[in-house]
Amino acid sequence: MLTVRDLTVRYGRSVAALHGVDLDVPDDGVLAVLGGNGAGKSTLLRTISGTLRMHRGTVAGGEVRYGNRRIDQLDPAAIVGLGVVGVPEGRQVFARMTVAENLRAGAIGAPASKRAEAQRRVHDLFPVLAERASQRAGLLSGGEQQMLAIGRALMSGPRLLLLDEPSLGLAPRIVQRIGATIREIHEQGTAVVLVEQNAVMALDVSDHAVVLEVGGIALAGTAAELSASEDVQRLYLGGHAESDAAAERQVAEARRQRAGVRRLSRWGG
Amino acid sequence: METFVQLIVNGLGKGAVFALLALGFVIIFKATEVVNFAHGSLVLFGGYLVVTLRESIGWAGAAIVGVVGAGLLALAVERLLLSRSKLADPFSLALLTIGVDVIVTEEIVRRLGVSLPFIGDAWDAQPVQVGGITLFRTHLVALVVATVLITLFFLAFRYSNWGIAMRAQAENKEAAALVGIRSGRVTATAWLVAGLLAGVAVLFIATQDFSGAGLSRGTHSIALAAFPAAILGGLDSTAGAVVGGITVGLVDALATHYVSFAFAKSAVFLVMLVVLVVRPSGLFGTRETIRV
Ligand SMILES: Nc1ncnc2c1ncn2[C@@H]1O[C@H](COP(=O)(O)OP(=O)(O)OP(=O)(O)O)[C@@H](O)[C@H]1O
Ligand SMILES: [Mg+2]
Repeated sequence: MLTVRDLTVRYGRSVAALHGVDLDVPDDGVLAVLGGNGAGKSTLLRTISGTLRMHRGTVAGGEVRYGNRRIDQLDPAAIVGLGVVGVPEGRQVFARMTVAENLRAGAIGAPASKRAEAQRRVHDLFPVLAERASQRAGLLSGGEQQMLAIGRALMSGPRLLLLDEPSLGLAPRIVQRIGATIREIHEQGTAVVLVEQNAVMALDVSDHAVVLEVGGIALAGTAAELSASEDVQRLYLGGHAESDAAAERQVAEARRQRAGVRRLSRWGG
Repeated sequence: METFVQLIVNGLGKGAVFALLALGFVIIFKATEVVNFAHGSLVLFGGYLVVTLRESIGWAGAAIVGVVGAGLLALAVERLLLSRSKLADPFSLALLTIGVDVIVTEEIVRRLGVSLPFIGDAWDAQPVQVGGITLFRTHLVALVVATVLITLFFLAFRYSNWGIAMRAQAENKEAAALVGIRSGRVTATAWLVAGLLAGVAVLFIATQDFSGAGLSRGTHSIALAAFPAAILGGLDSTAGAVVGGITVGLVDALATHYVSFAFAKSAVFLVMLVVLVVRPSGLFGTRETIRV
């Protein structure tokens, strides 16, 4: 459905934020993208949704295809028109607009005929959004704002949904709820790319996963394979590394020792 | 008492015109964060079309062409100049609008030469008696027209897809792009609407009643009162633009009467300064001071 090939992305003239990234989102699949701070996860989603330019980033090499169409040079509205819609990191709801207006904004990129059905779907998934319809989005709790951000993206009836750290800053119970919703959205026929630092939730709802590290794919496989992988266990599933830096050194070390089925990341820096 | 009522009505009439200008100014700022210093030249351009065309096509037709022309000039400035320099920051784009302002204004002033034509043919210099009080017809018509236009604007801003897209983009450009809102279109329509409103405003400004002066460089400087109006209302607040416009109109009318014509202009800026000292982002604004 979505293929990323040899993608290299730069911000200004600095070191590449992504270099030589390959990635496949299977039809109707859920792909988890794991990785620590600054690994390039958001950069990847920005590239897919066409908002990279707003951050002064450029695709320096490679390509992104949706179906058999190249989308890495399209503008965000055209990409939404194709059915690929992103939910940005930190929710970014329109805080001064009402919940209903936020959802309406989400439907602007789609034909008006689909709006009623999309709204029903969103209200079914998130009844709270129907209850709070006339409230300002800025007054919602963090979890509700995340639901609104996802609901807003669903209003245009996407076939591929890109989620950037939906669990960020939310209580475990809410994270679980978001996870369940992602599964439900997927079951309704929407493919998902789920960027997460919360690997437990992400691996639980996804079928495939990759680990991004300093701009390259460090590990790739099915969700089950990655859950079982020692590196992932240690780094993301409650291992005992003393600090992120120490943990990353350990991972690098571990990988050097076992270059096998796993693709090595190309250390660019 | 009668004088006072007269003053208030005059102030409101002037204020309504400033509100039209300030509103245009604010929606451009909201959509793009660009302070449009070319607003005065849009006003002049609309007026210039009216005075050159009314002989041949009649005043009403010329007025319509003037309004539409001012809108199209604004659209052209955005499409041909500002949108081409995509990566330029709002500050340099604002400087660009100063360039446009100087070129358009100087050319029109040159073409007008020594003629200073009044343009409010349909209402100018026809005072109305209401209950023994003499009122300027221009101010009354301006009040009605502005009320209608501002109401229409707020209805569209609140309920139409255009309004939703405008507000979404004003609040969060990236999130708006992510839901498929075309920022180029939003920006272009903001400029178009601002230009149309400027074209309407000039029909009241270059009159005996309003300024006692015809279309000239003076019209441009009167239009500049839209800046303090927008700033004191809050540069990013549409409601603030209306309140700011009315405030400027009233201050102007009262200061002219009770102090002097010369003092009125500084009074407007004094009020603006006082408001900014108390509320740095203007009465209804959310952004501290201006970014220019
Ligand atoms: N607008 C920008 N300009 C310059 N560099 C940037 C910009 N955005 C991100 N970067 C750099 O690109 C790299 C990848 O950043 P990115 O935001 O994609 O990481 P991330 O994996 O999403 O991190 P996080 O988990 O903290 O959100 C980082 O080194 C970051 O500093
Ligand atoms: Mg990120």
